[in-house]
Amino acid sequence: MPKMKMEDYLIEKKLPFFWCAGCGDGIVLSSILKSFANLGYDRKNTVVVTGIGCWGKADDYINTHTFHGTHGRALAFATGIKLANPKLNVIVLMGDGDGATIGGNHLIHAARRNVDITAILVNNFNYGMTGGQYSGTTPEESYTITSRYGHIEPSFDLCNLVEAAGAPYVARGSVYHVVQLQKFIEEGLQKKGFSFIEVISTCPTHFGRLNGMKKAPDIMRWIKDNSVSIAAAEKLSPEELEKKFVLGKFADRDIPDYSTKYQAIIDKCTAKAAKGGVTIER
Amino acid sequence: MKGSNKVRFMQGNEAMAEGAFAAGARFYAGYPITPSSEIAEISARRLPQLGGVYVQMEDELGSMAAIIGASAAGKKSFTATSGPGFSLMQENLGVAVMAEVPCVIINVQRSGPSTGLATKPAQGDFMQSRWGTHGDHGIIVISPSTVEDCYYLMIKAFNFSEKYRTPVVFLADEIIGHLQERVVINDIDPEDIVTRELPSCDPEDYKPFEIGESGIAPLAYYGSEYIVRLTSSTHDESGYSNSKPENADKFIRHYTDKIEKNKKDITIVRKYNLEDADYAIITFGCTTRSALEAVEILKAEGKKVGILQLVTLWPFADDEVLEVCNQVKGVVVPELNLGQLIREVERVNKKNIPIVGVNKVNSLSIHPNEIIDKIREVEKCQR
Repeated sequence: MPKMKMEDYLIEKKLPFFWCAGCGDGIVLSSILKSFANLGYDRKNTVVVTGIGCWGKADDYINTHTFHGTHGRALAFATGIKLANPKLNVIVLMGDGDGATIGGNHLIHAARRNVDITAILVNNFNYGMTGGQYSGTTPEESYTITSRYGHIEPSFDLCNLVEAAGAPYVARGSVYHVVQLQKFIEEGLQKKGFSFIEVISTCPTHFGRLNGMKKAPDIMRWIKDNSVSIAAAEKLSPEELEKKFVLGKFADRDIPDYSTKYQAIIDKCTAKAAKGGVTIER
Repeated sequence: MKGSNKVRFMQGNEAMAEGAFAAGARFYAGYPITPSSEIAEISARRLPQLGGVYVQMEDELGSMAAIIGASAAGKKSFTATSGPGFSLMQENLGVAVMAEVPCVIINVQRSGPSTGLATKPAQGDFMQSRWGTHGDHGIIVISPSTVEDCYYLMIKAFNFSEKYRTPVVFLADEIIGHLQERVVINDIDPEDIVTRELPSCDPEDYKPFEIGESGIAPLAYYGSEYIVRLTSSTHDESGYSNSKPENADKFIRHYTDKIEKNKKDITIVRKYNLEDADYAIITFGCTTRSALEAVEILKAEGKKVGILQLVTLWPFADDEVLEVCNQVKGVVVPELNLGQLIREVERVNKKNIPIVGVNKVNSLSIHPNEIIDKIREVEKCQR
């Protein structure tokens, strides 16, 4: 395999991106494509599955097999793809509305089922594409177009949720900490089993505008100033941890993935059949 | 199937599952629901024996999504459900239409609306099977009336799905799903199994939505030399989002046209006693069985009554129904709903002959006498 470059996976004729100035999506996309290049991914053996939302448009720029599905269902489409052909690299791109709100049930079950998929969830704390409504990750007390008096619902800690659901690899990065982010993505891609990477990202157009961070540097600085490592977080009180982004690796463990276990069943059934133990043709 | 012409005593749901395997299906994703659950249970046991995959998803939204994904990755795929689950599947059924991904959805109809009577039969999803997912589209719907149908029509359902790159709904009902009767399982000629047309162009030139000579775009699978871009959004031939009015117009019309233009190939009807019939009963699914009995009783009275059974429900068999309406003096349409098929019969009834429904939603099947009573009612219209 010749050495690959990020550009090998990018559809340059589709540039410029349709995302707003200051949006974090381009940063995440470049981290993903650089990871593909570093790992020498074969485009023809790779499927990128997206949902609906700003980040769900990412497949328009990616030169691999793609599937752009319905809102929240990307993991379910990806489950079918991976189980039908376990040799494929399957990567799922979701936003917080998509992956953690309408698609929350698929997220916990994909983690529990442990299908060998890498899910990259870009969390910008609101539904950017539809105008900035609150999602399942919108911080309590923050403002969105549908929480004009301050948001009264608590938000999900997605890494804790997915770790509890049983995923072998769980990490949180941010669009400010790009070196770390790319490391997490590469590790996730290489991990056998369900990998989940949450990326704290920017939406200056909607979330930033209503929360006193109109300009892209303001919201980037907000992420930088409020990020703490897992090690640092352990020394902080729950009160001090409120409104902080804990970045790092939450899980990195070896658990047999679904396809490996299922293949063992197929082998057992077909071996029995060969010995006459199971009548396949009834 | 080794050994030809095996005689089996089978349940409808079992025959549907075995028919799917005979058609080449090797992937099932579903969510348990009465009265379709046997199909899941048999698939879970049989698919690993065949090298295939069974997965039980978290809901019917995910089940429908998973079979689309698996089909795009090259495995013939299906799911089975009933009323409430079929409602949830409408979301991603639209994806199969838009991305033109072959798959088969079995709906073993039960009494609704909503949770309804979970173990009781109905035919209330006739219209939902056609119009359940939003937006304009074409779809193929096939309906069995015997256990043997469950096996052989399932193969046809997969064949249509592969040939026309479309989801196919297999609209059974609780009566047929749970019926046990004799089935003769013949060897299937491999030539009778259709698999989607693959591209033959240079991989660099491949466009997954470029309509070929057959009127259908060849579909490569994920992992092949051909890069495949599939999408639920309005798209161009290459699979990129495209919002130009002329592009939207072209593809949205295509989803309907590719089915309607091939109506002759897709339409399956059965005619009983129609040659010199004075009256006709137009049926689908389980009501066909009641109608057959009614015809025998009326024959003994010297009355000439025939049956037009619609096996393909959608696209609707306008020509065949019209032909019957032009021939007979009156039509009876028995159905386990408050009048869904009858609307279509009335639509094509150009001569305005009397058309009377037998409509039942009390969870019981239609008795032949109820059909006979309506035949007598139609006869009176003539006097």
